[in-house]
Amino acid sequence: MKGKKALSLITSLAIVGVLLSGCGSGSTPGAPSGAAKATFKDGMVTDVGGINDQSFNEGAWNGLQKFGQKNPGVQVKYLESSQSSDYSPNLNQFASNNYNLVWAIGYLMADAVKASAKAYPKVNFAIVDDSITPTPSNLTCVLFRAQESSFLVGYIAALKTKTDKVGFIGGVPGTVIDEFEYGFRAGVAYGAKELGKNISVNVQYANSFSDASLGKAIAQHMYAQGADIIFAAAGNVGQGMIAEAKAENKLCEGVDMDQAKLAPNNVLTSALKNVNDAVELISQDVKEGKKVGGQTISYGLKDGGVGIPYTAQAIKMCGQDVIDKAKKVQQDIIDGKIVPPYNKATYNKYLTTLK
Amino acid sequence: MLISILLAVSITLMYAAPLMFAGLGGVISENAGVVNIGIEGMMTIGAFCGAAVGYFSGNPWWGFAAGGLSGGLLALVHAVASISFRADQTISGVAINFIGPGLALFLSRKLFAGSAMTKPVEHPIPTIFGSYAAKSSNLLIKAANIEMTVPIVFICALVLWFVLYKTSWGLRIRSVGENPAAADTLGINVYKIKYVAVFVSGVLSGFGGATMTLAVMNYFTQSTISGQGFIALAAVIFGKWKPHGTMAACLLFGFAQALVVLLGGSNSKIQIPSSLLSMLPYVLTLVSLVLFVRHSTAPKADGIPYVKGH
Repeated sequence: MKGKKALSLITSLAIVGVLLSGCGSGSTPGAPSGAAKATFKDGMVTDVGGINDQSFNEGAWNGLQKFGQKNPGVQVKYLESSQSSDYSPNLNQFASNNYNLVWAIGYLMADAVKASAKAYPKVNFAIVDDSITPTPSNLTCVLFRAQESSFLVGYIAALKTKTDKVGFIGGVPGTVIDEFEYGFRAGVAYGAKELGKNISVNVQYANSFSDASLGKAIAQHMYAQGADIIFAAAGNVGQGMIAEAKAENKLCEGVDMDQAKLAPNNVLTSALKNVNDAVELISQDVKEGKKVGGQTISYGLKDGGVGIPYTAQAIKMCGQDVIDKAKKVQQDIIDGKIVPPYNKATYNKYLTTLK
Repeated sequence: MLISILLAVSITLMYAAPLMFAGLGGVISENAGVVNIGIEGMMTIGAFCGAAVGYFSGNPWWGFAAGGLSGGLLALVHAVASISFRADQTISGVAINFIGPGLALFLSRKLFAGSAMTKPVEHPIPTIFGSYAAKSSNLLIKAANIEMTVPIVFICALVLWFVLYKTSWGLRIRSVGENPAAADTLGINVYKIKYVAVFVSGVLSGFGGATMTLAVMNYFTQSTISGQGFIALAAVIFGKWKPHGTMAACLLFGFAQALVVLLGGSNSKIQIPSSLLSMLPYVLTLVSLVLFVRHSTAPKADGIPYVKGH
């Protein structure tokens, strides 16, 4: 029985160790500490995705690092959260260490950052992908007009489809994914009108952001029904779609980051969310003493907060003519000639303007 | 219509294959009297090693084998803790579920330049019709073009069933799970049987994980394995701790998911709200559990550490 007790002790210690190792302290790579005394301290707290999530957190950290490199005397640091109960302690750890700006990456941290902003009125906070109303005067909310990049992605799909059928796979329905869905559908409708034909969009929600098998199955079904290009805004579910596109040698469109490297012959384009640019811009503003708190800042094509890749790879996949047309549409959106819809009501209204 | 049926079958099999591997792993471990909560962790490490070895070697079958081996090795940790040191099997299993993803992440960052995801595997596990289906315009062939892992999992199930019920080895495994003391007096090496069963359980779970990264997808991310291990565990109980029952349970779950996919979508004839539709697999599972399974009894000594001479 002695062995059993000792082992349970070791096991529980192991569990505690694993739990602790995920969260909190000890993650300061890239911080130019040891240099001259930091004049501006900028910290970010990741959500449960972790710092290397190939998405939001990683993008934000890249932006922060760039900000740190450009500005001598700036200290940047991140803390990883391994579970939602880490959010508040992590945010408060930065705030109590007199950080000038503290980033909360992801809407999951909305409640935590609201509480921290109240507890530390002298510290600037910023949250990505959520709008908190009323906004505390020391909190900046950062949103992305994903409908604008989705519109371009939909427009490209309309120009490239040969079957006149395209698909959209959504994660869990909600306002953020609505922007992708209706932006995409509007873009398809715009392209279809330009070409003078009808293109149908098959929309299906996976009700999951994680089940890749489900994404693969939905893509398989959509391709079997004749769609030849599918766009997914569904996290890991979308990765199942990319795998299916590769297996069937069909086309698809990625999201958040340039997903072309996952299937270079199948990913046509991606609806990018450039969290890094937003983080860098706002950090710069706060450093220069600009008043950015108490408001919601929304980034779109105009300021490069969202977009599509114009890389050699994208030109190879889409063709120079399609890329040129997409650039023209992008300019129209920037100039306000086209206002992409972001939900069902605005989409229906948008359709009437097309006729 | 035929295409829809074939599509339903192929989606069912695609969805269920990783679950079936892991479920079979659960069956053999629990039949030898060791509760294996750690399937999820073993699947995760198997998924990572499958993708990593598949990427570096360029051969999916090496990756698949490595996935199984890594799952087996992680299972040995569970075996040492729960068999030799008689630790609580649930706690040890939970620890495995932390170690698996943690180790996978650590290795991924080491091997893939700090990234939490592996690079895509150049050659995934082939499908039964291979490149012929991609060239063919025949929709039937496309719909029936399942991954090679599907026939493999059925062969594994057949072998496991045969071993468990038709060989003396299987009788020993089951006797160890039912009454280890009696088995011991008959000269069966209880510890050895349990060790082998847990190792094989890990290998099968690792295969399940590698199926996700080499057949369903073609690379590993942190969320590749998100709950499949627990669904497999439920399938073991649903299937009354028998290989065929567990296979059926996984297939039922996969079929329900296929229905969700085929009935969903904005150009489906009947419009059902997607959030309701997504409940279908769980509701179906619950209903069939109540209607058809009712009594599901675990092996008598399942979860109880065996102490020689007590």
